Amino acid sequence: MPLITYREALNQALDEEMARDESVFLIGEEVGEYNGAYKVSKGLLDKYGPRRVIDTPITELGFTGIGVGAAMAGLRPVVEWMTHNFALLALDQVVNNAAKMRYMSGGQFKLPIVFRGPNGPAEYLASQHSQALQTYWAHVPGLKVVAPATPYDAKGLLKSAIRDDNPVVVLEGELMYAWKGEVPLEEYLVPIGKADVKREGKDVTVVTYSKPLKVVQEAAELLASEGIQVEIVDLRTLRPLDEETVYRSVRKTNRAVVVEESWPVCSVGSYVAWLISKNCFDVLDAQVEMVASEDIPMPYNHTLELAAQPSVAKVVAAVKKVLYLGE
Amino acid sequence: MAKDLNRTLLKKMLYDMMLIRHFEEKAGQMYGLKKIGGFCHLYNGEEAVAVGSVAAIDLSKDYLLTGYRDHGHALACGMDPKAIMAELFGKITGCSRGKGGSMHLFDAEKHFLGGNGIVGAQIPIATGVAFAQKYRNDGGVTLCFFGDGAIHQGAFHESLNMAKIWNLPIVYICENNQWGMGTNFRKVSSVDDFSLLGTAYGIPGKQINGMDVIEVYQEVSKAVEQARHSGLPSLLEARTYRYKGHSMSDPAKYRTKEEVEEYKKQDPILILKEKLLQEGILTEKEYEKYDSQIQAIVDEAVEFAERSEEPALHTMYEDILVE
Repeated sequence: MPLITYREALNQALDEEMARDESVFLIGEEVGEYNGAYKVSKGLLDKYGPRRVIDTPITELGFTGIGVGAAMAGLRPVVEWMTHNFALLALDQVVNNAAKMRYMSGGQFKLPIVFRGPNGPAEYLASQHSQALQTYWAHVPGLKVVAPATPYDAKGLLKSAIRDDNPVVVLEGELMYAWKGEVPLEEYLVPIGKADVKREGKDVTVVTYSKPLKVVQEAAELLASEGIQVEIVDLRTLRPLDEETVYRSVRKTNRAVVVEESWPVCSVGSYVAWLISKNCFDVLDAQVEMVASEDIPMPYNHTLELAAQPSVAKVVAAVKKVLYLGE
Repeated sequence: MAKDLNRTLLKKMLYDMMLIRHFEEKAGQMYGLKKIGGFCHLYNGEEAVAVGSVAAIDLSKDYLLTGYRDHGHALACGMDPKAIMAELFGKITGCSRGKGGSMHLFDAEKHFLGGNGIVGAQIPIATGVAFAQKYRNDGGVTLCFFGDGAIHQGAFHESLNMAKIWNLPIVYICENNQWGMGTNFRKVSSVDDFSLLGTAYGIPGKQINGMDVIEVYQEVSKAVEQARHSGLPSLLEARTYRYKGHSMSDPAKYRTKEEVEEYKKQDPILILKEKLLQEGILTEKEYEKYDSQIQAIVDEAVEFAERSEEPALHTMYEDILVE
């Protein structure tokens, strides 16, 4: 299997879906001539032309709304947000229109639209450019939200998102674009709403998604050397949640840690932790632990910003805590 | 000038305006009886804008979107008064199955895409519909309605810029009823003449008399023609007036009774009726016939809404996602 980057995987997904369906188009800031702020759309303007790869002015609310209208009129827009930070300017169009148009019309319309771009902390970018905003989207009924952590999942989930008849928010990551992974040559889809067990183990379940998967995998390696077998459940989709895969794992290990890089208050992770506490109460041998980002705006200083995020050490400590293995 | 136009069209415009007026009067009554709840924004006085505009488009390929004062546009697009009234009553037979209410009327088949409760949010959406029409090169045009309050939203300015750079087939129609809720538009606007706001984006603008349905029809027709054949967006400011408060909960104490009475003298229905009578296009008898027909239609709509079932509880979980 070829080893490609997360960025290339997304690019392949866009390319394949645009080739397959003429109603798919890409719209956003710098997606055309600049080939994408993070080069995800590289080569697509040359291949599909300015009718289908559309550079916009810097108007997140405006072009996101244009996507919503185009979807209502039967096209399949892929709206690229340069980052999710800037998508806050478009929140109204996603929350009040994309997510609710079908409901408010009694099912008369479908909204086949994808909103995608990098989310989550990067490096040296300070508070406005380094934050994980998935809660904003995952909170809203009427949206689907996916958060792939590997090139394989990124390609398969983006293809599924484009083919879905509902609005789908795709959470990518600036630091993940260069990550490499195996992606098959032949076509495949990753279904929305299915979690994936990324590592099997019998002692503790660690539920995670998106970029922290890497930290969790490193922690699992370290713990394995100490004889602790961690099972990693990668949610991949945040809405709708694949609860069953999580519970199946927790019923096996009887212990759970949730790891994510957003703030902990009202987060996806805290919701998952509550679900586990409620639905696996009888089998849990310890309280559910959480590792999230610190509840602070992201500082610029590198030492501080690293300390604010989930780390291998924090995950190891949380796993040991649910095993009652005090340091 | 009325006699240069098709007689059937003129009579239809009169009929449609009368239907809206009666419907809104009845909706107001039903609100008073608590059959309708929440926010309910009536269109009395502004009928000429929606009716004259819809007469200028072809809804087999054109689309229309508006804000929350949407009953008039829905009726002008030919939506069934029964389905609208039932929606206001929150019944399962309503156009949105009782989930949208007054501000969220829709009819996909009639190309009426709402109904939007967030001031100005429909402007980018309508621009996107026009984008899709251009993308498919299907010869369609989109009419986008909004009020004098919405014109100051960023969504308006962002949309006009993109409509121009991509030459989208859209006509932006500002229904300036002069009061954004309780605020006079002059107090919160840098210019009195909204048609000027298109010039910053190279979009031609024109002020028109929104109380005169013939003028609305003629001016919107020209703008639609330009959009359809030359891909040129345009902006019209239709000066109009709402007789009722902003919504049913607004007694409208911010304006004088004299001001309202002054505008009622320019009533769009009266103006057209007088014109058609004078020019021998309409007889008093025909007018009375329209009136009683419409009365019956509106009564039937209320009866239908009354008779219809409440939505079953399980329906609240439906229509969220396409399965």
